[in-house]
Amino acid sequence: MTGTRSLWKTLMALVLTAIMLFPVYWIVNVSLTKTSNLRRSPPSLLPLDPTLEGYVAAFSQQLPQLGTSLLVGLGTVLLTLAVAAPASYAMATLNLKGRQGLSFILLVAQMIPAVVMAMGFYAIYLKLGMLNSLWGLVVADSTIAVPFAVLLLQAFMSGIPTELLQAARLDGSGAWRTFVSIILPLSRNSLLTVSLFAFLWSWSDFIFASTLNRSGDLIPITLGIYKFIGNNTTQWNAIMATAVIASIPAAILLVVAQRYVAAGVTAGAVKD
Amino acid sequence: MTTTPAPVRTRAGDRAAPAAQPRQSRRRPNDNSQWVAWAFVTPLVLYLLIFYAFPLYRNIELSLHDYTPRAFVRGNAQFVGFQNYVEIFGSSSFAKAATNTALFTIGSIAFQYAAGLALAVFFRANFKLSAVLRGLFLIPWLLPMIVSASAWAWMFNSDNGIINAALRVVGLDPVNWLTSPDVALTSVIIANIWLGIPFNLVILYSGLQNIPADYYEAASLDGANAWQQFWRLTFPLLKPVSAITLLLGLIYTLKVVDLIWIMTAGGPGDTSTTFATWSYREAFGAGNPDFSPAAAVGNLLIVVALVFGLIYLQMQRKLEKQ
Repeated sequence: MTGTRSLWKTLMALVLTAIMLFPVYWIVNVSLTKTSNLRRSPPSLLPLDPTLEGYVAAFSQQLPQLGTSLLVGLGTVLLTLAVAAPASYAMATLNLKGRQGLSFILLVAQMIPAVVMAMGFYAIYLKLGMLNSLWGLVVADSTIAVPFAVLLLQAFMSGIPTELLQAARLDGSGAWRTFVSIILPLSRNSLLTVSLFAFLWSWSDFIFASTLNRSGDLIPITLGIYKFIGNNTTQWNAIMATAVIASIPAAILLVVAQRYVAAGVTAGAVKD
Repeated sequence: MTTTPAPVRTRAGDRAAPAAQPRQSRRRPNDNSQWVAWAFVTPLVLYLLIFYAFPLYRNIELSLHDYTPRAFVRGNAQFVGFQNYVEIFGSSSFAKAATNTALFTIGSIAFQYAAGLALAVFFRANFKLSAVLRGLFLIPWLLPMIVSASAWAWMFNSDNGIINAALRVVGLDPVNWLTSPDVALTSVIIANIWLGIPFNLVILYSGLQNIPADYYEAASLDGANAWQQFWRLTFPLLKPVSAITLLLGLIYTLKVVDLIWIMTAGGPGDTSTTFATWSYREAFGAGNPDFSPAAAVGNLLIVVALVFGLIYLQMQRKLEKQ
C-alpha cells in the first residue's frame, strides 16, 4: 500500500523536477544545435543532430573572460574572509561592546540595492582611476558577501563551547592565537559555506561588471555573455554553450557542497 | 532558534540581557580585552565606512546636485536641493515604474511562495529520490543570472522560441512575449518566479523540519485528513518562517535589475521598467549617463527597502523573544 504510494510520489517528483529544469535542459539542447537548425519551427526537442560548433566558438572567444571571473571570484573570497572572519570572532566570543549595533548595520547593509552601490562606486572609481580594474571589481563584489559572511560566521562561532576558549586562555594563548589555532579550524565548514557563496555571487554578478568594468581589457564572463548576445543574435548555440560553461561552477558547487548550500540559505535567512 | 540557555554564564548573559554585561566585565580586567575585541573588528568597521557609507554618501550627494557627465569628471556640479526628486515624481515614468515595481514584486512573491510551500510539503514525504530531486530544484537559484535570463529570452523569442512553438501545437496564437507592451512585464515575472522557487522551497522546507512529528501523529489519531493537517497545523506553525521568507523575497525582488535588463531592458517603452531598472537605465543604460536623477530613484528604492527591512527586523526580534 505505502509502497505504491511512495512510487507515485517519486514519479510525480520526477515530473515536477523535469518541468522545473526544462529551461536548464533547453540551454544544453540549444548549445548543441547547429546554426542552420536554430531557426527551425518548431524547434527540435532533442539534440538529434548535435554539434560542438557552439562550444568551439565559446571557447575561442570567452576563455579570457572565464579566467577573469575566476580571478575576481577568488579575490572576492579572500577579501570577504579577511574582513569577516576576525570581526565575527570578536562579535561572537570576545564580548564586544556595540555588537548589536554592528549586527543591525550589517542587516541594513544587505538591503541596499546593488544599483545604488554601483553608482556610488562608479563616482568614486572615476576619481581614483579604478574603473575597469580587477581590484575595483573585487571590492565591489565583496560588498554583496561581507554582511552575509559576518552574520553567518558569527552565528556559528557563538556556538563554539566556551570551555575550549577558556582552556586556551589558561594555557596562555592570546586572542590572536586562539583565533588562529582554535576558532578558524573549528569553523571550517562555515568558512567553506561563506567562501562558496562569495565566489558564486561574484561569479554571477552582472550589475557591478556592467557598470564598473564595461570597457576594460579583462571583462568577466557575465559581461562577456551579455556582449556576445548584443553582437550576435544569430548564434544562440554559441551563446548557450557559453552559458553552459559559465554554469559549471554552480554545477560543481551543487554536487560537492549541496549540504552547505542549503545550510547557507537557511542560515542567511532564519538567523539563529 | 538555538537560543537555549547556554551552559556558560558569560555567553547567556551576553545574549539574553545586555544589562548584565557591565557587571560581568568588571569582574575581569576587561578594559584590555575590549581593545583586543575592537582590534579584530576594525577591518570590518573600516570596510563598512569606506565601501558602504562612502558610496552611499556619494549617492545622496549625486541626487542633490545636477551632475552632467562633464561636471562629473570636474566635480563642480551645481547644488539643486531636492529638484531631482521633484523631477522624478513629476516624470511620466514614475507612475509606470511604481505600478510595475508593485506588480513585479507582489506577483513574483505570491507565486514563488505558493509554489515553494507546495513543493516543501510535497518533498517532506518520505519517498525514493526525494532528497536528490529536492537538491536538483536548487539549480535555477545557483545559475548565473545572465544564464537564466538569456535562456528565458530565447525561450520567449517570438519566432523561434519553444514557448510559442508549444502554443502553436496546442492551436493557440503565438504571443510576442518580450516585445509586446501588454505581456513584457508578465514574461519577466514568470522568469523571476522560476528563479525564486528554490529559495522559498529551501527555507520553507527547513521550517517544516522544525515542526515535531508527534503533532501530525496526534492529528491523524484525531482523524484529521491531509488537507486539515495542512491548514490547521502546518500553515499556522509555519507562520514565522513564512513571514521571513516573504519579507526577504520582497527585499530581494525590489532590487532586481539584471533579469529585467537582460530580457527586455525595461521595454518596450516603459512597460517593464521598475524603480531599480529605471535607476540603472538613467545611470548606465544610455550613452549619456544621467547620474543625478538615477541616484534620486536609487535613494527612493533604499527607503522602500528599509521600510520593509525594519518590519523584518521587528519581526525577528519578536521571534527571538518567543
